Amino acid sequence: MEKKTAAVSLRNITKTFGSVIANEKVDLDIYKGEILALLGENGSGKTTLMNMLSGIYFPDEGQIFINGQEAVIASPKDAYDYGIGMVHQHFKLVDVLSAAENIILGLPGKLNLKEASAKIREICDRYGFEVDPDQKIYNMSVSQKQTVEIVKVLYRGADILILDEPTAVLTPQETEKLFNVLRKMREDGKAIVIITHKMHEVESLSDRVAVLRRGAYVGDMLTKDTNAQEMTNMMVGRSVTLNIERPEPVDPKQRIAVRGLSIRTLDGILKLDDVSFDAYSGEILGIAGISGCGQKELLEAIAGLQSAEAGSISYVYDDGRKEELLGKDPLKIQELGVTLSFVPEDRLGMGLVGNMDLTDNMMLRSFRRGSSVFTDRKAPEKLAEEVVEDLEVVTPGISTPVRRLSGGNVQKVLVGREIASAPKVLLTAYAVRGLDINSSYTIYDLINRQKKQGVAVIFVGEDLDVLLQISDRILVLCGGKVSGIVDGRTADKNEVGLMMTQVGGRKDDK
Amino acid sequence: MTSKVKEPLFHIVKRDNISKKQEWIIRGAAIIAALIVCALITTILTGDNPIKVYGTIISGAFGSARKTWVTLQNLAILLIISLALTPAFKMRFWNIGGEGQVLMGGLAAASCMILLGDRLPKGLSVPNWFVVVLMIVTSLLAGAIWGFIPAILKAKWNTNETLSTLMMNYIATQLVAYFTIVWEVPKGSGKIGIINQNTNIGWLPQIGNKYLLSIIVAAVITVGMLIYLNYSKHGYEIAVVGESEKTARYVGMKVKKVIVRTMLLSGALCGLAGLLLVGSINHTVTTTIAGGQGFTAVMVSWLAKFNPITMVFTSLLIVFLGRGASEISTAFGLNQSFSDILTGIILFFIIGCEFFINYKINFRKKSKEEVKENV
Repeated sequence: MEKKTAAVSLRNITKTFGSVIANEKVDLDIYKGEILALLGENGSGKTTLMNMLSGIYFPDEGQIFINGQEAVIASPKDAYDYGIGMVHQHFKLVDVLSAAENIILGLPGKLNLKEASAKIREICDRYGFEVDPDQKIYNMSVSQKQTVEIVKVLYRGADILILDEPTAVLTPQETEKLFNVLRKMREDGKAIVIITHKMHEVESLSDRVAVLRRGAYVGDMLTKDTNAQEMTNMMVGRSVTLNIERPEPVDPKQRIAVRGLSIRTLDGILKLDDVSFDAYSGEILGIAGISGCGQKELLEAIAGLQSAEAGSISYVYDDGRKEELLGKDPLKIQELGVTLSFVPEDRLGMGLVGNMDLTDNMMLRSFRRGSSVFTDRKAPEKLAEEVVEDLEVVTPGISTPVRRLSGGNVQKVLVGREIASAPKVLLTAYAVRGLDINSSYTIYDLINRQKKQGVAVIFVGEDLDVLLQISDRILVLCGGKVSGIVDGRTADKNEVGLMMTQVGGRKDDK
Repeated sequence: MTSKVKEPLFHIVKRDNISKKQEWIIRGAAIIAALIVCALITTILTGDNPIKVYGTIISGAFGSARKTWVTLQNLAILLIISLALTPAFKMRFWNIGGEGQVLMGGLAAASCMILLGDRLPKGLSVPNWFVVVLMIVTSLLAGAIWGFIPAILKAKWNTNETLSTLMMNYIATQLVAYFTIVWEVPKGSGKIGIINQNTNIGWLPQIGNKYLLSIIVAAVITVGMLIYLNYSKHGYEIAVVGESEKTARYVGMKVKKVIVRTMLLSGALCGLAGLLLVGSINHTVTTTIAGGQGFTAVMVSWLAKFNPITMVFTSLLIVFLGRGASEISTAFGLNQSFSDILTGIILFFIIGCEFFINYKINFRKKSKEEVKENV
């Protein structure tokens, strides 16, 4: 291997938040002309480490060298001055401004949009981006917005690019496009760091992987010399199996019947357009689609949190009786004896209360029980203890506020509570988003156990590989319409990817 | 070449966990620092001995049995108003309309006393117990209505409750001003004066001495509020709605109902404070009878982090400072503004120290070795 120059060297970096050690004596080198994948479980300190490079946090100890010179990065501006740019998981763009305006926002000098647009086009041509500098952000798709973020960073002259989970919101086709661009940048001599949980992306894109575990640096290796299993073991610190099982559905019966469902938001946007499907007991129905094309509204409508413009959602009892769910609130649905559990996308903002402890969060579902005006804390306490034990939740105790837990443990608490009521229907939205591989498999396992018990599971996912592995059938949404329902055992990833962007999949344009 | 790199002088780090002991050390240090600054300012501006001034503050609040009782009674009223606002704040409903809710309660009580008291035509009389019961009902109701209006506006149309509760204060003040003129005694004085001075109709009964009633009521409400907020289903709903309306809706809570119900309670308790002020303490009503306590209570409630027991101490602190401050202004011939300066300084330190409880400041390490770089 030829000798490469380190663009960035981190030496002995330590960062603590109160008593929590986010990074401990981390040494890491980032080289020019190389794509480095930074791996680690949730809470292993990947994002914290990168935030110190991009000037959002300041290390408690240790040194950062940029091109061999010690650097002090005390603000994002300092980071830009050193040529470091970070594309965050959550985009930082102003919706009402155009791409070009967003890109030059905050830069010193005279406002010259024409010049800026020209420079943006030049960057786009060089790397193969497709950005219209004059397009407003609110008119853009998620992938376009991400492109603007990347161009913004390049416009400011970054040679060191950090991307935090860039593919979480992209379709397979968009991901491939992004990877091509990144490969071009690598050829251009830029140093690229990518944080991701998806192993196949690491394998197809990166040159080298570096692994963090519990804030400490474990080691690095060349991607071509390793494999997903080895990387996972390194991340977790022990050997884990990477298989999602898919048992055959037992005695599937119609459980939820959705007919002609149309939903319009308060802003008048049609989110769901004439959606019809059935969900069966003992089956996992996967729902695929690019983010924001009606999945959230669909689940919330079934859970009684969203009103509809037209259509019906009926719950089918074991004896064949049907109950209309539309127009009823969650309390009423519960009172009807329909046990419906919902693991929403927004865990701490909707499913749980971050500032409350485990017991109080368990109580959310059960506090109404009994005629007393006082709350009964005994039962939720017991449930909290059971969930902690059964699902191996890592927590100092059941009286710890859930916001203090790591992402995977938060999700275990939420899923644990939702399945505790022995539901007939389980709705999950992005159940493993942001979860590391180990926690993800725990969640898949829990969902599969529910399926085996005859629960009708509706699983909204974003990782197509997972959807194809876990679902019995996959409903593909595209712009609020049903693009098709495919069999999970035989479906092809590219086919589903196409269906996500065009209703029905194959359309011959171009 | 040696590259000298500047590290920022300090940076601020959020604390995750801090022990109760450390917290109280920081608070204690803040109070001591406040007293030192106050002492300096006293010496510089007035030339008086600060130790003497502090002594006077203490004797102003607790110097005699009567002074102690008055301090405790003031404490009781401020505590009731603070407790009244607490469920609303816990629900993240910014009720800064305590002032108006107290005034309306007071006005309702006063109107019962006036209309059913000495003004009744000769021969007609209403039994005193009936007047008292009516006063209790109407003043609770008046306060509740003053809380209900902003609540329903918020629940139905999501209007900003900060503005509506604040504006309701002015309406209440002007209503009291209007009725003061309608009922003024004697005509043209612009005051109502002591109501039913001779018959004492509608004067709330004295328990032990004339101060004790309010104190007992405050004690009962403190314990009641503690139980209501921490152990009742309502209290749990308030906490969940306050933390996240989305979560509340997700588990099927009726958010609108909780908002309205909580504000009815908050307003009614403020009305009760008004009842005590009029029926038990002052026996009259003026536009300034609440004396800004509706706003002071906001601070008391927040300083105590919504804990009813802690609230006893925070309201004591504020009442103590206020009473002591007015004492020094008379004893040393200073004007009232000077005592306000001292109170302001002390509160500034107490509130400011919360920053040091939540954050810590890391200073640049002095002896950080220079890093040699060979280029």
